[in-house]
Amino acid sequence: MTDIGFVRSELVPAKPAPNRTSGAVVWIQKNLFATPLDALLTVLGALFLLWIVPPLFNFVIGHAVGPMGTVEECRAIEAGACWAYIYNEMEFFIYGFYDIPQQWRPNIVFALGALLFVPLLMPKLPYKRLNAALFLFVYPIVSYFLLAGGVFGLSEMPTEKWGGLLITLIISVVGITLSFPLGIVLALGRQSSLPVIKTLCVAFIELIRAVPLITILFMASIMLPLFMPQGTTVDKLLRALVGVTLFTSAYMAEVVRGGLQAIPRGQYEAAASLGLGYWQRMYFIILPQALKHVIPGIVNNFIALFKDTSLVYIVGMKDLLEAVKTKNDSALEWQSANTATTGYLFAAMVFWAFCFSMSRYSMFMERRLNTGHKR
Amino acid sequence: MTALDAGPSAAPKTYFFNDPVIRGIVYQIVVAAILVAFILWIIGNTAANLAAQNKTTGFDFLWSTAGFDISFTLLPWTRASIYWQAFLVGITNTLLVAFIGIIAATLLGFTIGIARLSSNFIVSSLATVYVETIRNIPLLLQLFFWYFAVLKTMPAVRASYELPFDSFINQRGIFVPKPMPDEQFIFVWIAVALAIAGVVALRIWARKRLEATGKRFPVFLSAIATLVLLPLLVGLLSGANVAFELPVLERFNFKGGVQLPPEFLALLFGLTIYTASFIAETVRGGIQAVSHGQTEAAQSLGLKEGDRLRLVIVPQAMRVIVPPLTSQYLNLTKNSSLGAAIGYPELVNVFSGTALNQTGRAIECIALTMLVYLTFSLITSAIMNWYNARVSLVER
Repeated sequence: MTDIGFVRSELVPAKPAPNRTSGAVVWIQKNLFATPLDALLTVLGALFLLWIVPPLFNFVIGHAVGPMGTVEECRAIEAGACWAYIYNEMEFFIYGFYDIPQQWRPNIVFALGALLFVPLLMPKLPYKRLNAALFLFVYPIVSYFLLAGGVFGLSEMPTEKWGGLLITLIISVVGITLSFPLGIVLALGRQSSLPVIKTLCVAFIELIRAVPLITILFMASIMLPLFMPQGTTVDKLLRALVGVTLFTSAYMAEVVRGGLQAIPRGQYEAAASLGLGYWQRMYFIILPQALKHVIPGIVNNFIALFKDTSLVYIVGMKDLLEAVKTKNDSALEWQSANTATTGYLFAAMVFWAFCFSMSRYSMFMERRLNTGHKR
Repeated sequence: MTALDAGPSAAPKTYFFNDPVIRGIVYQIVVAAILVAFILWIIGNTAANLAAQNKTTGFDFLWSTAGFDISFTLLPWTRASIYWQAFLVGITNTLLVAFIGIIAATLLGFTIGIARLSSNFIVSSLATVYVETIRNIPLLLQLFFWYFAVLKTMPAVRASYELPFDSFINQRGIFVPKPMPDEQFIFVWIAVALAIAGVVALRIWARKRLEATGKRFPVFLSAIATLVLLPLLVGLLSGANVAFELPVLERFNFKGGVQLPPEFLALLFGLTIYTASFIAETVRGGIQAVSHGQTEAAQSLGLKEGDRLRLVIVPQAMRVIVPPLTSQYLNLTKNSSLGAAIGYPELVNVFSGTALNQTGRAIECIALTMLVYLTFSLITSAIMNWYNARVSLVER
């Protein structure tokens, strides 16, 4: 078109490659030595790790006495954790005083529980309704008769003999399954427009939340028998269950209330305009949305409940922690410098494993149920 | 959201039992009746049970001699003291551990929470490991660990470990020197009070000047200087002196100094470390809730790093942090009741434990204990609600 055209006649020389934006060196620069302060913190952190990790490793693994070790090895001066003690007392830690020849009964209960519970956790598997019904209604009854005995030729096993992990799991599973619906009812009651019901729920929730669990358990342990008609004995396990369930349901109610408050008013109105009754509105429209909002809170409550089962020593139950402590204090043949520490370490690992997996599962569910609100 | 809000649907066609208003009233009457019947049933049972056990009720026992020892008290306590005093001892011991624990847990929790957000990989990983480990282990287990596995395995009195500043640690706890201020020291306290008042006045004046002229005054530095220098100067001039009563090893135990028993220390460590892990998460959530745009906006205004945090980011984060922080403070106070399990004489231990067992007045003791925690709860939430109202978002 014009004669002022310009065509480059020689190539521009290649520029040097840009500085690295990825790779180990860049990562270290960026994450460990970005600023002088960062470098200082990194050095301090590294020193801390050097100070704490080798002794910890030596205690737990390096110098530890394995499950097949002897008490003499545990008593050696440089010995670390005494896992042989845990291995030897494992039966007591799992079953408490449950008669040894009868331990197949809790084993079946554990196995049945795993068999019903694990598929319930996997969203992809079918028959959820049947599965849930079996787990919530059939399993507890079967388990109770299996554990307590007295029927079908099974020898009777009073709840005083149950203990260890068995009791921890029973109280937390029963507590969770009972406090969840109770908490929902309390939360709905708190949101109710009927003044009497609302007042009752508010009073219950606030009262329970204001006092420590330990006093609720004291009440269940000392006052429940006083409240019952003369001559009735209240089983210790039942006292623990009543205390733990009442306590957790109040917390659960507050979590659910948070979810209910997060639902826009339009949803309530839309549900009402469909002509649904109160319970239908709640069951089909409101609660599914509300509960989805508060999954983290609900799981946090479950984790708290699981940890709180360790307080049932107040009502005379020997849960896992109490079983470990009892053995720490009384297993004279295993006494060594590190026996008690090993016992607590073992209990801590068991509690940690349960609580940590619960919190991870809740994160998984959160992501799965996080439908449609993404931007 | 109940049957009531179906609105004015009391059309004449519907039967009266389908009228939501009437139905609501009927529901409430039924619930109230069941509740009243239940309470009456419980009262009847309790009365019968108490009568059968020949037990009396009432609070008269509070004025009779308790006759038991309490290992650690702030208030004067002898075996001749009465139950009412035991109640007060329990409350003060609970408050002591809760107060120190709240301060320590707040400091540790904020540090860890901020560390978790650090861009430094080692720092943030250490904080994450701390939070994920401590949060998932029961507090009672941690208390047992500190008490039975750490403090109780300390050497016997004769072989105490020596700590800096003439302090010692052994099976019976930590022994530290006890400060013994002399009579002139009152002047120093007056100077401290004056310095605090001066700093408050300075702050108000500096703020007014800033708003009027835009000139800044280094309030923080001058406040520190005032708080340190004035009491120091007064102390030197008045010749006030602090003598320290050192713990000295005698035949069986340390004499003098202040003894912090292992029960107290274990409870304090446990509560602090456990609660700090929850506070850390609260702090992290609060800071993350402030959108990054706020940081950028503050930068574009030309605010310095410190001002950016102090004036823009932290006030917004505090809004999110304060309500859950309140519950953590309450949880710590309530969790101090676990001291009963390791023998720290707090309220539950002294009153729902020893006093209840000795008097058999179960209902009264438990009711009084619960009442105290209820009061703590109400006071804490009142204070924090006041603070929350101050920092909360003001919307038009």
